[in-house]
Amino acid sequence: MSAAQNYTAGKITGIIANLVIVEVDGPVSQNEICFIQSESVKLMAEVIKVNDNKAYVQVFESTRGLKPGTLVEFTGAMLEVTLGPGLLSRNYDGLQHNLNTMEGLFLKKGDYTRALDEDCIWPFKPVVKAGDVVQAGDFLGETIENQVRHRIMVPFKFEDRYTVKMVAEEGEYEAGNTIAVLTDRKNNEFDITMIQKWPVKLAVRSYREKPRPFKLLETKIRTIDTLNPIVEGGTGFIPGPFGSGKTVLQHAISKQADADVVIIAACGERANEVVEIFAEFPKLDDPRTGRKLMERTIIIANTSNMPVASREASVYTAMTIGEYYRSMGLKVLLLADSTSRWAQALREMSNRMEELPGPDGFPVDLPAIISNFYSRAGYVYLNNGETGSITFIGTVSPAGGNLKEPVTESTKKAARCFYALSQQRADSKRYPAIDPIESYSKYIEYPELQEYLAKHVSEDWVGKVMQVRNILIRGKEAAEQINILGDDGVPMDYHQILWKAEVIDFVILQQDAFDEIDRSTPMERQHYMLDKVLEVYHTDFSFESFEEVNPFFKRIINSFRQMNYAVFRSDDFNRHEKELHNIIEERKTA
Amino acid sequence: MRETKAFQKIYTRITQITKATCSLQAEDVGYEELASINGRLAQVVKIMGDHVTLQVFGGTEGIPSNAEVMFFGHPPTIKVGEDLAGRFFNAFGEPIDGGPEVEGEERETGGPSVNPVRRKQPSELITTGIAGIDLNNTIVTGQKIPFFSDPDQPYNQVMAMVALRAEADKIILGGMGLTNDDYLFYKNVFDNAGALDRIISFVNTTENPPVERLLVPDMALTAAEYFAVEKNEKVLVLLTDMTLYADALSIVSNRMDQIPSKDSMPGSLYSDLARIYEKAVQFPEGGSITIIAVTTISGGDITHAIPDNTGYITEGQLFLRRDSDIGKVIVDPFRSLSRLKQLVIGKKTREDHPQVMNAAIRLFADAANAKTKLENGFDLTHYDERTLHFAKEYSEQLLAIDVNMNVDAMLNTAWKLFERHFKPAEVSIREELVNKYWVKEH
Ligand SMILES: Nc1ncnc2c1ncn2[C@@H]1O[C@H](COP(=O)(O)OP(=O)(O)OP(=O)(O)O)[C@@H](O)[C@H]1O
Ligand SMILES: [Mg+2]
Repeated sequence: MSAAQNYTAGKITGIIANLVIVEVDGPVSQNEICFIQSESVKLMAEVIKVNDNKAYVQVFESTRGLKPGTLVEFTGAMLEVTLGPGLLSRNYDGLQHNLNTMEGLFLKKGDYTRALDEDCIWPFKPVVKAGDVVQAGDFLGETIENQVRHRIMVPFKFEDRYTVKMVAEEGEYEAGNTIAVLTDRKNNEFDITMIQKWPVKLAVRSYREKPRPFKLLETKIRTIDTLNPIVEGGTGFIPGPFGSGKTVLQHAISKQADADVVIIAACGERANEVVEIFAEFPKLDDPRTGRKLMERTIIIANTSNMPVASREASVYTAMTIGEYYRSMGLKVLLLADSTSRWAQALREMSNRMEELPGPDGFPVDLPAIISNFYSRAGYVYLNNGETGSITFIGTVSPAGGNLKEPVTESTKKAARCFYALSQQRADSKRYPAIDPIESYSKYIEYPELQEYLAKHVSEDWVGKVMQVRNILIRGKEAAEQINILGDDGVPMDYHQILWKAEVIDFVILQQDAFDEIDRSTPMERQHYMLDKVLEVYHTDFSFESFEEVNPFFKRIINSFRQMNYAVFRSDDFNRHEKELHNIIEERKTA
Repeated sequence: MRETKAFQKIYTRITQITKATCSLQAEDVGYEELASINGRLAQVVKIMGDHVTLQVFGGTEGIPSNAEVMFFGHPPTIKVGEDLAGRFFNAFGEPIDGGPEVEGEERETGGPSVNPVRRKQPSELITTGIAGIDLNNTIVTGQKIPFFSDPDQPYNQVMAMVALRAEADKIILGGMGLTNDDYLFYKNVFDNAGALDRIISFVNTTENPPVERLLVPDMALTAAEYFAVEKNEKVLVLLTDMTLYADALSIVSNRMDQIPSKDSMPGSLYSDLARIYEKAVQFPEGGSITIIAVTTISGGDITHAIPDNTGYITEGQLFLRRDSDIGKVIVDPFRSLSRLKQLVIGKKTREDHPQVMNAAIRLFADAANAKTKLENGFDLTHYDERTLHFAKEYSEQLLAIDVNMNVDAMLNTAWKLFERHFKPAEVSIREELVNKYWVKEH
């Protein structure tokens, strides 16, 4: 496929922060990777603009000490990731260099460690035979990676159809060994190993069809699953001011969600948050398999103090790895925190290149970049009829917490679930601070999902959810009225509806991410609790004066919360439930 | 700072001078390299062909177009060693205490980042005796957290108090735009506490040119890295005032004709601040760098670009404000947050800590609602009245920054206040804890 080629070379003529201008002696392409031959190390950079014989490259490293005249070698290739068995439970930087095999306490410039070991040995079992006709993405064989069935596929780069000439027998092979030989129509032969490469900026399209997603993805977070559910292959985003709980929420989803593979892109955020994952995930059990969470997780860490230019790369690296696992028929969950940092990196660069800025100084094509990225998620039918999915949830960090800004607005057009975190809820420690009224899931309007919920949760589930929403809105209105007219200026009903909405808030919406039991609520339990709070809602209570309303409902909430803190259907749980019934009986009108 | 280069070529033709930068034609210059212009320190910020732009730290007032320009051949450096302890320096690392030059190993400032997989998760409690911190916003070694404070609050006093109580091996003060009075205040407090031998200061005062401030955090943090990595020490770095640091960044970027983003700050403000704050770290060998900073805000507006970007970077913030009910400064429980508190509360402190903390803040919030009701002329319920009484005592006995006690005493005080004003169901704490700690009689 590749003939020997002479690649272009060039010399540095300008440096502004991590933007370097290179005068070149031959052709270069947009997004081509080049290496700057600085004194002792080679620094990786990417072409982001070409003007005449000048290539503008963004350097994935600090440019401190670089001098004009320094030699630059172009590679002819775009930024690519390496795909194969051995990715799971690795910690990579934004360009997929293995962080664990780097030397020393501090990151060193140009320390580009390998993503995968070619000499690592894997068991291989063929699933095709000589003479079979195959195309990109078709399974040639399989291996076992952390007990996940890892398919070895026809490389995504292979266009057209091929005939299997030879396939290796079942046995143990190095990842870099040839496990199959394919021939094209002209009888050219290609050696296939367990490792392939793919450019991160291009979507992998080796699947048959991308239908509308329809299966609930359980996150075990009540305010998401019950009120605004996300689906396998769905997209969502979490905007919120600093400290409102975006990262805590994403971490909770990454620990509890029902996924085969979880990829976390820490993009321009705090290093200590990644360290938290490093520390916790190897100890926590995967609720689905009983193995450790780390075994199904890949971390792409490009924290805020790591090179700014690799922030953008990091989310694409994560997405491409996700597409690789989806092509094997797996359920992938992809999380990025925070997509705003990536947009800011684009802004810094566009600013340095003196491009005409769009709103707030962001590049004018920001909306297109964002929607293009989100469109890579999705539920797919593979060529062999199996299914796979990438569910993507990104956080957004709007300046000043104001949602009228380009990144939030562009993302709103691209993502189908909107989980708006409210400063007010965070301030009053009502976590997770997802605003139940502002937020939405478009999926709950999909007849496909409604059907799925009716079948898997309960026949009238969607109706109940709508009712809960309605109660929350009425509760909010009642609270506003009471604020304006005073406690004794409104009818007693207002106090009741206010407090019935509060019961939903405290029992269903609020969930303690740091409590062993409360943090994870399976759908069955969510169903049970929703029925309980609706029972309270449908009960009429009698009060002599509004002064009695608050203490009464506080007791109800207290019993409910004790239930939330107890193991489902345990003695404690049952005891508090009984206590709850007794309280309800006290004021129930016949 | 060292001026070394085998053959020092001297340039004498400056082609452009702005308020913060000079440009000239020069060869073989490295990016971020230092230079001197008629003796004033400058740094390369842009190279276009043989055209080099320098940011002049001392400002460009009076610089002639034929000034002498020499390049050093290296970026900013500092000499590190045990001798730094007890010393006061300016932004360039030159002694201002009359003492001798420091001998030691020369290091580039603003060096590389720690590989995230080599960090350890912070878990060591820092106690300050202040309940607004220890009880509600517990901080740990390796954390980075600023005080958000209006300029009229006593933030330097609080910070000095926290520093002295924190039991750090070294305290490194990075002063940016400190008034001379505040500089002398720090010096006195540290001196009186007999702590001078574990203090190191890099100070830019209001009398020095503003752009010089840009060097201070890197100086302080490079020194901190030396003690934390080489000596496995617990280092506390105090940075005050980071708002003035950000102002200096905007001066330079405006002079370089960059398109400003929100509040005329450079578009790279987030990355610029993150580079500094992310130096906070816990190392596995026991050394750590904890950063406590001050970000002054005006009129409590945290949506301004400086506090906003800071909040997105740091691990929480401590909000200082005057509580008019008790006439004292408190750490505001609503707007303050320590994000690393969950690593230690209830684990390194008593089991009831998380729930007691949350319950007290919830009740304090109820009191705030009652106060609004009162202001709007509505009658208060009995419950409202009780929350108001609770809030006043909570402020006085716990939140006020002049209270000094250990965490157990804070928890006991909180339980006592709960018991005095509420019934267990109103406090909504897990049953086992109520059974164990609710004071039946006293
Ligand atoms: N579900 C929750 N339960 C309990 N506490 C929470 C929850 N969510 C958030 N918090 C509290 O809020 C703090 C901030 O949350 P988090 O770090 O997720 O904010 P963020 O929105 O990611 O902020 P930033 O944009 O600055 O990264 C946490 O450290 C924790 O104390
Ligand atoms: Mg976050």
